[in-house]
Amino acid sequence: MNQAAVPLLLAEGLGKRFGGVQALQDVSFELRAGEIFGLIGPNGAGKTTLFNLLTGIYRPDQGHIRFAGRELGGRKPHEIALAGIARTFQNIRLFAHLTALENVMIGRHGRTRAGVLGAVLRPAWVRAEERAIRDHALQLLDDVGIASRADSLAQHLSYGDQRRLEIARALATQPKLLALDEPAAGMNGAETTELKTLLQRIRGTGVTLLLVEHDMKLVMGLCDRVMVLDYGRKLAEGLPAAVRADPRVVEAYLGAEA
Amino acid sequence: MKRRWTLWIAYALLAAALAALPFLVEQNLGRTWVRTLDFALLYIMLALGLNIVVGYAGLLDLGYIAFYAVGAYAYALLASPHFGIHGPFWALLPLGAMLAALFGALLGAPTLRLRGDYLAIVTLGFGEIVRIFLNNLNAPVNITNGPQGVNLVDPIRLGNWSWGRSQSWLGVEFSSAQLYYYVFLALALLIILASLRLENSRIGRAWEAIREDEVAAAAMGINTRNIKLLAFAMGASFGGVSGGLFASFQGFVSPESFGLMESITVLCMVVLGGMGHIPGVILGALLLTLMPEVLRHTIVPLQKTLFGQVVVDAEAARMLLFGLALIWAMQWRPAGLWPSPTRRRELARRQQPEAGP
Amino acid sequence: MDIFIQQLVNGVVLGSIYALVALGYTLVYGILGLINFAHGELVMVGALVALSVVRTLSPLLPGLPGWVLALLGTAVAAGVCALLAILIERVAYRPLRHAPRLAPLITAIGVSIALQNLAMVIWGRQYHSVPPLLPAASHQFAGAAITEVQILIVALAALLMAGLIGLVHRTRLGRAMRACAENIQVAELMGVNVNAIVVAAFVIGAVLAAVAGVMVSANYGLAHYHMGFLLGLKAFTAAVLGGIGNVGGAMLGGLLLGIMESLGAGYLEDLSGGFLGSHYQDVLAFFVLILVLVSRPSGLLGERVGQRA
Repeated sequence: MNQAAVPLLLAEGLGKRFGGVQALQDVSFELRAGEIFGLIGPNGAGKTTLFNLLTGIYRPDQGHIRFAGRELGGRKPHEIALAGIARTFQNIRLFAHLTALENVMIGRHGRTRAGVLGAVLRPAWVRAEERAIRDHALQLLDDVGIASRADSLAQHLSYGDQRRLEIARALATQPKLLALDEPAAGMNGAETTELKTLLQRIRGTGVTLLLVEHDMKLVMGLCDRVMVLDYGRKLAEGLPAAVRADPRVVEAYLGAEA
Repeated sequence: MKRRWTLWIAYALLAAALAALPFLVEQNLGRTWVRTLDFALLYIMLALGLNIVVGYAGLLDLGYIAFYAVGAYAYALLASPHFGIHGPFWALLPLGAMLAALFGALLGAPTLRLRGDYLAIVTLGFGEIVRIFLNNLNAPVNITNGPQGVNLVDPIRLGNWSWGRSQSWLGVEFSSAQLYYYVFLALALLIILASLRLENSRIGRAWEAIREDEVAAAAMGINTRNIKLLAFAMGASFGGVSGGLFASFQGFVSPESFGLMESITVLCMVVLGGMGHIPGVILGALLLTLMPEVLRHTIVPLQKTLFGQVVVDAEAARMLLFGLALIWAMQWRPAGLWPSPTRRRELARRQQPEAGP
Repeated sequence: MDIFIQQLVNGVVLGSIYALVALGYTLVYGILGLINFAHGELVMVGALVALSVVRTLSPLLPGLPGWVLALLGTAVAAGVCALLAILIERVAYRPLRHAPRLAPLITAIGVSIALQNLAMVIWGRQYHSVPPLLPAASHQFAGAAITEVQILIVALAALLMAGLIGLVHRTRLGRAMRACAENIQVAELMGVNVNAIVVAAFVIGAVLAAVAGVMVSANYGLAHYHMGFLLGLKAFTAAVLGGIGNVGGAMLGGLLLGIMESLGAGYLEDLSGGFLGSHYQDVLAFFVLILVLVSRPSGLLGERVGQRA
């Protein structure tokens, strides 16, 4: 594991304030290439804020984000996607009136280059690119197990299939890091188990995973390392077992849920 | 293989019908109807241009006619006695398209942060600004000739051929309106083809993505700013082409032709026909061009037969019916008369494996 | 300086009218998210109905004082516009409440075209001169002339707007309207009769539009079938300028737009060194609108809608 020496993503001293609320304060951590990293914490701990800083929805007020050797803090979402961070959304945001296949094909946008002239004149290289986009997308739908639904509108898919489609669409951008915002939300036990298998398979292809999740069982069973946020600060970081045993973490969760 | 043959025969029949249409129309209905046909083709081009902005990219544009105006004035000013410049049609048409595209991007730039109805009112304002400038740029320096407009605009010319008067070719006499029909038809077909190809391309998918969800589109690596500007520019360029054709066909341009009501009419064509669906948009453009003309020619005779005299102002009755038809059509088919059949795409792909050997 | 005050006075009068009409747009938009394009036509219908009432009554009851006639005309106009609005909402808009976003917009355009031409059938194409029912006396105010009609317009507009604010913030109906504007589905779940609230919004807007119609025709002494379109457009611009869906914003936007137009008409030529004449006053209005929206995408008083992930 030589890669572990150089982190894929390095966040230093991240801070974000909304009006009078310090949503995030001095949070630092690193993601190592090839790991599955879990981000947990009680409601309102700042998980989503951190997620939105990493994916460019918000700009950090303080701190830096270095990803694969480049500074990403304050970059626009599409630049971050092109740099190699793909994401899914907590409240599923598919292109509802397009087919599953089209959704994934759109994910190829940043890795392909046909422009208006190419589209209208359709020279051989554009036709080849279109074919490659389609094949790649079909392959990804197959990988996540919804190839049979390729031509259904995204809005007609079942909830679990929509989650899978979001993952396929994110993978289409060829990310180095796949950031998942509560992928198991609303899933039953069987679906969660399938999701776990899928995520492990994705990690097997060399993609690093960042997981924001409420389902503790999934996090503990899947993640290599876990970071706990509470009130916008980092409370603990480490191996799942160690974090779970940490009295501060227990207190934060019990305090929040009591 | 058999299906391919029938397809080719269908195309050939369609081509023959389209070629014969202006003659059939002139013989049976009269020359004014050939002009109506020409306008129908112009509106098809306009509607397809607006369809890119509204239908694909989901940006509600109420000032679209401004680009038609830019194309028309670009041609009129550079091919008329107004400045004494008589540029060649085939060079001015692309110039007008590019100028309109530039205007499209210029309009798009400040509106990128706006959503939905705010965008609608700003584009509406932009359309009015362009019209007001055209109306008033006759002083202190006379550029547009103000409300009088630009007269004696050159017809299309190619060598000795002028589209402005009748010509005979292979013993057949073509009227000016018929000659224009073929040019308009050719360009309309080109624009249909371009629209079809754009729709099924990386760019078209990106437009649909920002229409569906801008945040998710950005997360896919789509530069939403550029892709919106591109939609504005592309749509505008179609408008610019139509504008140049309009100016040469009509022989004069004046700001009156580019009011808000025109923008609204084109928008109605797109929405009534079926946003984002090319056959629907074409249907919408045809219906909304032809229906008022049909009404114009039937209302007065109808009143005379029913009441023995003209009871109601024909123009008012015509537009009243038009308004009621719009209301009724949206009640009957809220997604447009011929919306994109999403089911058809599902079916088409399922049949593909069977089509193989 | 005299011109400045005069234009300011004219602007406030014009702006009061814009504000009344803008309120109609904003009430409906706030609740349904619908740009009721036909709203401007109600202004026209109000003006013409009032005129017809006055014309019919004045020969029948020759002794009646002008202000009674004006009041009667306005009352009938308000009633007709309210009924018309109820009819339009019921027949044209309600069936489309869950339709694709642009379907109701096209319907509204259809309603607008139909109303305009119906008015042309009834009242003809010509401009109708409105008889002066109120004393045409003019007062001097800081060097500017202001007629009693204009004073009445501003006072009545202020009164109506104050009443509307009271209605929205102090009554059960107002609370229900605000609830619907916040989230119509939730309001419905909470037991609010959404249809009744929507009708109420249309009726209030229609009454304000009818009053505005009478005001415009009294101010300029003219009425015709086409007067509602541009006025409606300006009022809609005002509503957006202030932040559409926001009652205070509609008032602010209306006043600002009116003042801007008047000052623009008076000063544009001097400011641009004679290059831009007073014909460009509409350009100025739209230009300011664009500038405002670019810096504040939800209007002056509109809530900020940030990107939510």
